[in-house]
Amino acid sequence: MSTVTDTIHHDDDHHEHHAPPSGIKRWLYTTNHKDIGTLYLWFAFIMFLTGGAMAMVIRAELFQPGLQIVDPNFFNQMTTVHGLIMVFGAVMPAFTGLANWLVPMMIGAPDMALPRMNNWSFWILPFAFLILLSSLFMEGGGPAFGWTFYAPLSTTYSGDSTALFVFSVHIMGISSIMGAINVIVTIFNMRAPGMTWMKMPLFVWTWLITAFLLIAVMPVLAGAVTMVLTDKFFGTSFFDAAGGGDPVMFQHIFWFFGHPEVYIMILPAFGIISQIVPTFARKRLFGYASMVYATASIALLSFIVWAHHMFTTGMPVFAEMFFMLATMLISVPTGVKVFNWVATMWRGSLSFEVPMLFALAFIVLFTIGGLSGLMLAITPVDFQYHDTYFVVAHFHYVLVTGAIFSIMAAVYYWLPKWTGKMFDITLAKWHFWCSLVSVNVLFFPMHFVGLAGMPRRIPDYALQFADFNKWISLGGFAFGLSQLIFLALLIKACSKKGEPVSDQVWEGAEGLEWEIPSPAPYHTFETPPVIK
Amino acid sequence: MAMLGVFQSGTTFAESVSDLDQYQLNMRRGVTDISAEVYDLHMLMFIICVVIAVGVFGAMFYSILFHRKSRGAKPANFHESVKVEIAWTVVPFIILIVMAIPAAKTLIAMEDASEPDVTVLVTGSQWKWHYKYMDNDVEFFSRLATQPDEISGKLEKGVNYLLEVDQPLVIPTDKRVRFLITSDDVIHSWWVPDFAVKQDANPGFINDAWAQVNEPGIYRGQCAELCGKDHGFMPVVVIAKEPAEYDKWIGERQAIQEKAKAEEQRLLAMNMSKEELMSNGQKIYTSACAACHMPNGEGLPGVFPALKGSDIALNDMATHIDIVLNGKTGTAMAAFAKQLTMSELAAVITYERNAWGNDTGDLVQAKDINAALNGQ
Repeated sequence: MSTVTDTIHHDDDHHEHHAPPSGIKRWLYTTNHKDIGTLYLWFAFIMFLTGGAMAMVIRAELFQPGLQIVDPNFFNQMTTVHGLIMVFGAVMPAFTGLANWLVPMMIGAPDMALPRMNNWSFWILPFAFLILLSSLFMEGGGPAFGWTFYAPLSTTYSGDSTALFVFSVHIMGISSIMGAINVIVTIFNMRAPGMTWMKMPLFVWTWLITAFLLIAVMPVLAGAVTMVLTDKFFGTSFFDAAGGGDPVMFQHIFWFFGHPEVYIMILPAFGIISQIVPTFARKRLFGYASMVYATASIALLSFIVWAHHMFTTGMPVFAEMFFMLATMLISVPTGVKVFNWVATMWRGSLSFEVPMLFALAFIVLFTIGGLSGLMLAITPVDFQYHDTYFVVAHFHYVLVTGAIFSIMAAVYYWLPKWTGKMFDITLAKWHFWCSLVSVNVLFFPMHFVGLAGMPRRIPDYALQFADFNKWISLGGFAFGLSQLIFLALLIKACSKKGEPVSDQVWEGAEGLEWEIPSPAPYHTFETPPVIK
Repeated sequence: MAMLGVFQSGTTFAESVSDLDQYQLNMRRGVTDISAEVYDLHMLMFIICVVIAVGVFGAMFYSILFHRKSRGAKPANFHESVKVEIAWTVVPFIILIVMAIPAAKTLIAMEDASEPDVTVLVTGSQWKWHYKYMDNDVEFFSRLATQPDEISGKLEKGVNYLLEVDQPLVIPTDKRVRFLITSDDVIHSWWVPDFAVKQDANPGFINDAWAQVNEPGIYRGQCAELCGKDHGFMPVVVIAKEPAEYDKWIGERQAIQEKAKAEEQRLLAMNMSKEELMSNGQKIYTSACAACHMPNGEGLPGVFPALKGSDIALNDMATHIDIVLNGKTGTAMAAFAKQLTMSELAAVITYERNAWGNDTGDLVQAKDINAALNGQ
């Protein structure tokens, strides 16, 4: 969609910048968007494996009925911390890492607008998660009230580790807000001449909208955790009816954050898929403008649907009706996106390199998650689905085969640009096919046990659910092991082994990032390109 | 007041053969008109979703098969079409309206709990349900009846493992039964899939739901909102009986509870022996206290305090009685004055003061509890 008209510096030796310092100092002090992007991505991957290890504990306990491996209190800590880590430690930092690497390169900027804040927003994250993880070793254990920390389970009835939980969520929130501000300021101020709004790559668009969502809702989360803190430790009664508060109000506040949060974790994925599909279809993205408008509509609607998480709390029937209809509306712009991707492929010239495989899996499996979401929107039926494994299946389809598959697609797509070498394609294909099969063995039968009546967040279950749970656990172990293939591939790629790649890397790839050398030099676009 | 039949084993209900299918794939149709409507709505939604999925994935896989580079496909040039884009915005919108109309109808019917024939107050607490019939003087707790040894794998698991209770709720068929739902501590959720009733139990607030059951039978559900450690161990069991049988049952229950009250008054005047107190106390401790304070009295460090060797259990008897009767504000400790009879309270406090090496030798009698309750 855009072309570079001036010459790009193909070597960065002759300018005034020094080479990066070596060793640990390079990473601690770095203000370079590429270094910070790398830090975010590795951090997210480590958190993905940590949260995944907790999922393995959960699935091991649920392998058969009865309590075998962990006690219920520890089981609840595992489900809670698994959720927190995957949401705040894996998916969100991975997207921020991709934004750091790609946004400046895609809009022709030399770096992020606020590089020192960028360094900060990354480096406070490891401490947030150290605090959260260390709470597991406290007497009484870590948070055990679910990642949604409903009051009063998280206030009067929680352990002392709640204080650490609240503090770590505050730090995560500050990090996210700083990251979002950086993305917004960069996109508003540092686009190369000629890079008009409607020429921006969709990944940039989706991240811009995501960043606004983050700024809007992370303070709401900070408010919610602070009220939990003061209710628990300082005698306030925000969520305690005995003192004039209301436990259901907690859920309203939490989901006012929580629903936009869901889109924070999926809009950048839409952007990634919109970059990858046209490349491997060798055809321009269908309906670019409608993609932008659809993303913005989804973001706006995300603010008026929160209470569909709360249909069983006893809302007035009018409110239930409103939230049902508003939620159903979201499927219209989401549908537009899926149709546009399919139309992009239609009469294209398709090839199936690894990023495309993940993108295709994303489209199919995310759509399955979207359709079960549409079913969940129907209030009367939601009374049966709510808080069962049907919901667990739904949100893992949109988050694992949605968000996480899109992140993997992105890594495979841009990794050769980052390292300058092609990754090990055989390993990558093993990773894809093992993940694809196991993830469906893992999550698909959850629909069945959920419909048959298995509640979520239980450490033990009735005998009728035994056979499916065995399958689910086996799928889970296989999916966990498959990610070790990805780890091996990444280590190999980072040790700079492999075939050198061209600047364009993929036949059919278009955009500024494919016009700079591979590997991308430490500094790019010190002179802005001019885009016609 | 009375907690009768706590020690009655769950075998009566465990023996009923489970009709639940190991490979059940779908929601059950249930036994109320509403649950059938919900099921039909679920199937309608499911079929529409499958049709959409087949269409979208069909087009996609057609492209994957026939528009591939390896077959020599040359890319076309189109990248937008206002007509097509308007069509696939408007058509889904129409489909949504088709879905919304029956959904709204069912929703309005579900939420109308007016004009009940029978009203039951359902109160959740960690980790049991309490049922109080508003039209009769009948109330009782309903706790998990599955043996701990079944959970730990020392005993073979029964057919209704984790779905059996000591005292099920009994309701009449063919009558509108209204459930008022609330909680004593955290949020629970009362769920019976066969009635399509799932309603949160919020502390300090009362929700309502209703069901008119068409077929007599035993219907099983579970708590559906994470409520702490034993969230997975607080099932709901409802028996629906023909109205005549129900009337007979509720009459019998009322008589039993009246007799128990008289018995309680009689026991007030009596002193029980240490053996009697300890053996009753142990049973009550196991059903009411052990979930948190653990069977060995050691609690869960950092979560639930130990009773073994605790200062209050060894020395301060007045405080001990006060905490058991009235709970401890700001903690998970519930008030047991309304959950247990005076003689049961006396027995369990005696047990706590003499078990696991807490050899105080103190005996607490029902009259001591009566005195504490009346502020003496």
